[in-house]
Amino acid sequence: MIQYIIRRILYAIPILIGVNLITFALFFVVNTPDNMARIHLGMKHVTPEAVAKWKHERGYDKPLLWNGAAQGEKKATDTIFFEKSVGMFAFDFGRSDEGRDIAYDIRTRMWPSLAIALPVFVIGLAVNVTFAMLMAFFRATYVDLAGVVLCVAMMSISGLFYIIGGQYLVSKLLHLTPISGFDGGFNALKFIVLPVVIGVVAGIGTGARWYRTIFLEETSRDYVRTARAKGLSELSVLFGHVLKNAMIPILTGAVVVIPLLFMGSLISESFFGIPGLGSYTIDAINAQDFAIVRAMVFLGSVLYIVGLILTDISYTLVDPRIRLE
Amino acid sequence: MTLLLRLTALLVLPLLAACGASPWNSPYPAADAGKNITYSSFADKPKHLDPAQSYSSNEITFTAQIYEPPLQYHYLKRPYTLIPLAAAELPRPLFLDAQGKALPAGSAPEKIAFSVYEIRIKPGMRYQPHPAFARDAQGNYLYHNLKAADLSRIYKLADFPQTGTRELVAADYVYQIKRLAHPRLNSPIFGLMSEYIVGLKAYSQTLDKAQKDLPPGGFLDLSRFPLEGAEVVDRYTYRVKLKGKYPQFLYWLAMPFFAPVPAEADRFYSQPGMAEKNITLDWYPVGSGPYMLTVNDPNRRMVLERNPNFHGENYPSEGEPGDAAAGLLRDAGKPLPFIDKAVFSLEKESIPYWNKFLQGYYDASGITSDSFDQAVRVTTQGEADVTDMMREKGIRLQTAVTATNYYYGFNMLDPVIGGFSERARKLRQAISVAIDYEEFISIFANGRGIPAQGPIPPGIFGSREGAAGINPYVYDWVDGRPKRKPVEVARKLLAEAGYPEGRDAQTGKPLLLYLDITASGPDDKARLDWIRKQFQKIDLQLVVRNTDYNRFQDKIRKGNAQIFHWGWNADYPDPENFLFLLYGPNARVGKEGENSANYDNPEFNRLFEQMKNMDNGPARQNIIDAMLRIARHDAPWIWGFHPKQYGLYHAWYQNIKPNLMANNGLKYVRVDAALRARKQREWNRPVLWPLGLLAVALAAGIVPAVAAYRRKERQAAK
Repeated sequence: MIQYIIRRILYAIPILIGVNLITFALFFVVNTPDNMARIHLGMKHVTPEAVAKWKHERGYDKPLLWNGAAQGEKKATDTIFFEKSVGMFAFDFGRSDEGRDIAYDIRTRMWPSLAIALPVFVIGLAVNVTFAMLMAFFRATYVDLAGVVLCVAMMSISGLFYIIGGQYLVSKLLHLTPISGFDGGFNALKFIVLPVVIGVVAGIGTGARWYRTIFLEETSRDYVRTARAKGLSELSVLFGHVLKNAMIPILTGAVVVIPLLFMGSLISESFFGIPGLGSYTIDAINAQDFAIVRAMVFLGSVLYIVGLILTDISYTLVDPRIRLE
Repeated sequence: MTLLLRLTALLVLPLLAACGASPWNSPYPAADAGKNITYSSFADKPKHLDPAQSYSSNEITFTAQIYEPPLQYHYLKRPYTLIPLAAAELPRPLFLDAQGKALPAGSAPEKIAFSVYEIRIKPGMRYQPHPAFARDAQGNYLYHNLKAADLSRIYKLADFPQTGTRELVAADYVYQIKRLAHPRLNSPIFGLMSEYIVGLKAYSQTLDKAQKDLPPGGFLDLSRFPLEGAEVVDRYTYRVKLKGKYPQFLYWLAMPFFAPVPAEADRFYSQPGMAEKNITLDWYPVGSGPYMLTVNDPNRRMVLERNPNFHGENYPSEGEPGDAAAGLLRDAGKPLPFIDKAVFSLEKESIPYWNKFLQGYYDASGITSDSFDQAVRVTTQGEADVTDMMREKGIRLQTAVTATNYYYGFNMLDPVIGGFSERARKLRQAISVAIDYEEFISIFANGRGIPAQGPIPPGIFGSREGAAGINPYVYDWVDGRPKRKPVEVARKLLAEAGYPEGRDAQTGKPLLLYLDITASGPDDKARLDWIRKQFQKIDLQLVVRNTDYNRFQDKIRKGNAQIFHWGWNADYPDPENFLFLLYGPNARVGKEGENSANYDNPEFNRLFEQMKNMDNGPARQNIIDAMLRIARHDAPWIWGFHPKQYGLYHAWYQNIKPNLMANNGLKYVRVDAALRARKQREWNRPVLWPLGLLAVALAAGIVPAVAAYRRKERQAAK
């Protein structure tokens, strides 16, 4: 398995270089270093000298990808692309174009994101699986039909509606939790409850319906008939056998997102005032801060690859037939 | 079951403890309930808090409470009046000729080679407690030679256990002027100030050279490099030497750009390892004002707390007529500030922001279009007032016309719509008449604005009220108010321009005009439809070229736009700060100035040069009148409108008078914290019965489900 993981990590390197190159190309197709300088220097009284100085200090006065005027390897290394990319492979994200340390900001902001995303993920998974099991248990009855209709209705509603509606109902009408905000330690609890509840509820429609399909497929298998024939209770059949065998598709969807939970949610964090990483990238795009954009895209890619590797590893844990070679 | 109970206790008890005596939905710690704190929000995170760099209104909201420049605006008087803040008195310039000889005060501007401002600051002012000033028993700085190990447990400024202070001296003001030229700071006003402060441009080059000679991360000690235009006279006096006459300099002296910065702070923050922990002057300001920044987390909240070393200041004893009746002089002469702490929370979305204001968790609020009808009603006399719902809560409304222009500009370099030919001028005038800004303000701004009659907003010297103040090419004075000319006038002007019914009289082809704009929001489509409709009123076809921000700026810089939408927010309340937007040598194309329309009328330019350095008075007014006549006739802009600021304030929030020039108003504000706490409890009593109902509904669902399960199990067993 170790060999497999090393091989996957080596495969990741060209992927990350490619992602970096695409990010670089997309960013500089839309923004030029001059544009970046002007937006950072403000809207008033910006002189060409100030623009030139800003670019020089941050290394944006160099050629983008190829420095024809340089000698030897400097043709490739004395460029914006090389200088801004090479450090990231050592996870040295450097400073933002505003001068702040990016790694520090990520370290600070990932915890509030995680405080929301992790409970939503864990509780949501448990609720969705349980609800799907319930529908599978009552399959082809009015309970199942009502459950499916409810799921379809819930998945048809925009996530934004859950947020605004939830804030209106719970915070404005019932006065139970703050509408938005955040605090440290235990004080964070009262701010987390509502976004977590809304996050879980908003995900029930899609999640439960998907798991129901998986469970129904499993319940039609021979081993389930055998288990029932042995006289096992339906609960034992569902949770002891069906759930175990349905783990592969569940893990495929679930494990891959675990590392990405750090990255937070843009809309949810924005509405609930959570000081997480959700808006970090979009704010950087709006501010034309390339240093943050490239760092966050790189980090996102790394975490996604880690998620895929973890998914592969998790298969071996739930299905002994699978070997990673 | 026991496990379930424990889990419930684990979840619920901290929640209840966190809520304490304050309402459950309070976003603030229960311990702060009833304290002398003001709560507000911010939507745009401040990027810079270094006074040499911060310029945006969302930054100056904080820096203006912390830093003390020499001057400030009187809180209550209108028109806006400068008064001393850190300065002992308002400085008067000494004019010198090219040989350095003193000239009398009323000398002609062309004879004045230099203006010298000698500024004396008040003695006894002290900086806020800060580790940069901390010293040991021998008088050595505790934190000026930090090693990597010393910083291992330091994550924020408050982690330094010792702080110190010292008295403000004139050298700190000179030091900050030098910082405007610091190569790493990119001060936004360096370009402008280097045109005026003697030697500042050359000083920047000197610092550039010195910076290059330093080892990486080395400290650039500005005290080693003298600046001719800024020098210390004595401990409490410094002198600024400007080229020529520049009376507007006094307004700049009221901005944090000219506030003092202690050299110790720069030295402290420049130590290796500090920037990696984001401990910089840009993040942790060091000031002498009434407040100091104690929490800087722009992703969540910013907190200003009373500066224990504040030198003291008193609430103004005089204001405008009507201020006393409005209760604004109730605290006259009392020591400032009144508030102990100001908490600013990040609110990116308008819905939670508005609801929290209604719950009493913000003391004041602006009004978005979504909540306008809920908050404001327009009386039969056309005046805005709060709705009954707001009045029941004790909320009051205050409005003020901002020193801001939103306008459509014509690119004067464009071959069709630009230039000074009669044809182009009449075309511009026709469009100016056709675009009904009264309708625009009514539809898109809920009436919050007044149509502009020229570039100078009301309340600023140079603008006139009544019939004398209207733009006669667009308005008539009817029944004591300006009335837009009928669209027939626009059609007639269009025909005279050679475009009868919107077609070129010579070629017969329809006239196509192009509007360059950055429109990305959901409301923009309606605005664009509206503007197209305005052009259609006179049979003109408008092609909207929607583009991204960068392309739009490039087009404006290169003069490739034809018609464009633009805005200007004044730096200071002087007509020069508006009329320079039409000054030829300040054109955008080729000169990178702020004159985006590239308007360049020699007579206007001549009058501007004459007017800009004059003192306010009848002579200056006459010149401004002449300039406005020229500009209105040439119509390089569709003058647009001046937005009106609408603010809602809770009953407990007092001493509020919108001051659109001064940003240091926090020290004047008073809060009745007991009333606020009472109202918050009254408005936010938790409603629990729906939770009970939900529990019953769940139980009602679970019981039959369990019964059905058992039945099914029994059937299976049989």
